[in-house]
Amino acid sequence: MTSPSFPMGPITELRGRAVVVAGDDIDTDRIIPARFLKCVTFDGLGEQVFADDRAERPGEHPLDRPEVQGASLLVVNRNFGCGSSREHAPQALMRWGIRAVVGESFAEIFYGNCLALGIPCFTASHDTVLSLQSALAAAPAQELQVSLDPAAVELSDGRRWDLELQSGPRQMLLTGQWDATSQLLAHGAELERTARALPYLNGF
Amino acid sequence: MSAGTLYDKVWDLHRVAELPGGSTQLFIGLHLIHEVTSPQAFAALKDLGLSVRHPERTVATVDHIVPTTSQARPFADPLAEEMLATLEANCAAHGITLHGLGSGRQGIVHVIAPELGLTQPGMTVACGDSHTSTHGAFGAIAFGIGTSQVRDVLASQSLSMGKLKVRRLWVEGQLQPGVYAKDLVLHVIRTLGVKGGVGYAYEFAGPAIDALSMEERMTLCNMAIEGGARCGYVNPDAVTFAYLQGRPFAPSGEAWERAVAWWTSLASGPDAVFDDEVCFDATSIAPTVTWGITPGQGIGVDETVPTLEQVDPDERPLAEEAYRYMDLRPGAPIAGTPVDVCFIGSCTNGRLSDLQAAAAVARGRHVAPGIKAFVVPGSEQVAAAAEAEGLDQVFTAAGFEWREPGCSMCLAMNPDRLEGRQISASSSNRNFKGRQGSATGRTLLMSPAMVAAAAIAGQVSDVRQLLPT
Ligand code: SF4
Repeated sequence: MTSPSFPMGPITELRGRAVVVAGDDIDTDRIIPARFLKCVTFDGLGEQVFADDRAERPGEHPLDRPEVQGASLLVVNRNFGCGSSREHAPQALMRWGIRAVVGESFAEIFYGNCLALGIPCFTASHDTVLSLQSALAAAPAQELQVSLDPAAVELSDGRRWDLELQSGPRQMLLTGQWDATSQLLAHGAELERTARALPYLNGF
Repeated sequence: MSAGTLYDKVWDLHRVAELPGGSTQLFIGLHLIHEVTSPQAFAALKDLGLSVRHPERTVATVDHIVPTTSQARPFADPLAEEMLATLEANCAAHGITLHGLGSGRQGIVHVIAPELGLTQPGMTVACGDSHTSTHGAFGAIAFGIGTSQVRDVLASQSLSMGKLKVRRLWVEGQLQPGVYAKDLVLHVIRTLGVKGGVGYAYEFAGPAIDALSMEERMTLCNMAIEGGARCGYVNPDAVTFAYLQGRPFAPSGEAWERAVAWWTSLASGPDAVFDDEVCFDATSIAPTVTWGITPGQGIGVDETVPTLEQVDPDERPLAEEAYRYMDLRPGAPIAGTPVDVCFIGSCTNGRLSDLQAAAAVARGRHVAPGIKAFVVPGSEQVAAAAEAEGLDQVFTAAGFEWREPGCSMCLAMNPDRLEGRQISASSSNRNFKGRQGSATGRTLLMSPAMVAAAAIAGQVSDVRQLLPT
């Protein structure tokens, strides 16, 4: 698979087709089974995403349907990404092509891992997600547009739903400051001040 | 909003700055790394031209991929060998201490940091592994992070974090004989759900918690994450201090007294305010076993697999998926479910007291025909202590295999794995589909003593019937 360019800089909106992976509590072991963690780089994870689920139903898994090849939006249900903290899960999704996720709720570590890659995780009510999913079931190949401010998804036929995106992550994505490393490195002096005041670093 | 809790105090002490996105930059007191989630982080560091800011606050070990039969190098699996070699090279290049194989200190990262006295009350602890919540047993704020956060901690010794709410889980009464911290935490997750703790830190408190040993507290906090809580903790007390005293990295001499005074001051005070509180009664908890595909699908060993009608409507699709996957009949008793493989180990239940509890059941008995049963100590120190007591002999005489330390079949990144539809009784922490190395393999989570009981009976059985009365 040729890797599309990864997220960079400010992220304000995304366009593309969507793939629906329905079901609650889809954990990171399913997104990327543990045996694929034996790697020292993330290259190649895109082909292994949902490997076991896909092998169970050859050709039938949503990710294997021809009409969603090249999709960039993932639509899920509740508590997506629970379980192991492995960043290989968002990495695998990103390398498959996913650039944004819409769901009812997300596991916290997964959410943070996605943000750190520049992948917004939008939330929406149960009903909203269901109607979006059924609209996609009726016309799986249609183009969608997702915006961050206001957070919303719009179908090519004009139907539109409001989404939610926490204000902190939203600001970070809009300003391109979702790359945490540079922010953290900006406060070297404050960091050392904090360290000097910690009893366990200073002989109590 | 919570106030005056240990979580609030530790959070405030480690606050470096407020960041543009509304999150807080938090200083990390102890950064634990291992071979699976660190290589990409070191590679990213190199790409950015950065170095490790506090190599002396960073500690490494190797656990996930190590074989538990022969640990001779190079490993038979070239990928595993490459991962360990990469970790060794990264630690050497950055001046990071690696507690490697044969050092006498190697083991599962969440087992060795406490036993070396690295984990202490009042610290922030981060590690690229979700069960980092384990270290909360000491009154530390400890949480799992992803690989790009590992990179951030390496580069800056800090993290961008949002503050959690604090829920106190108050546990009255006492656990009964044959009932362990594992049962308590499976009961909590069963009650509050695998998502119940999302957005919360869990403070475990009350008479039943006060009575737990440090190892039991570690089991409890270890699985806070399975209940959705990114960290769980117990306030430091005399039990904590007694455990820490004399450990290699614990304070000593005059610093010890000052440390105890400071640690004591961190505990949630009588007027601490919690965002939420839930009460449990330890006395009524039975040995608990999972029947499904999340750690929340647990029942007492004397109960039956819930029928669809008994399941919360929201949880029914998941229950139906679990019936199909596990091939267990709704309404049937869980006791008597035949098992194929019995695994005792992991960062949840691979410590000395876990092996003692399992050995007490195995002693003088024998594993049922056709059952593969094996014991994987959590660390080299645990292995040595167990061998010094002759527990290895008890296990091997009973037909269990006695292995070298590592994560093993908890996630099956090494050769220890289920095959096909095999069903395991496992003292680990996750029963997700495919977790134990076979895409169709099945896992029943339970305490180590219950795993030993299952091995002997060849089926799920109530350990209370095997204990001396
Ligand atoms: S024993 Fe299991 S849960 Fe614990 S660190 Fe190892 S793989 Fe993770």
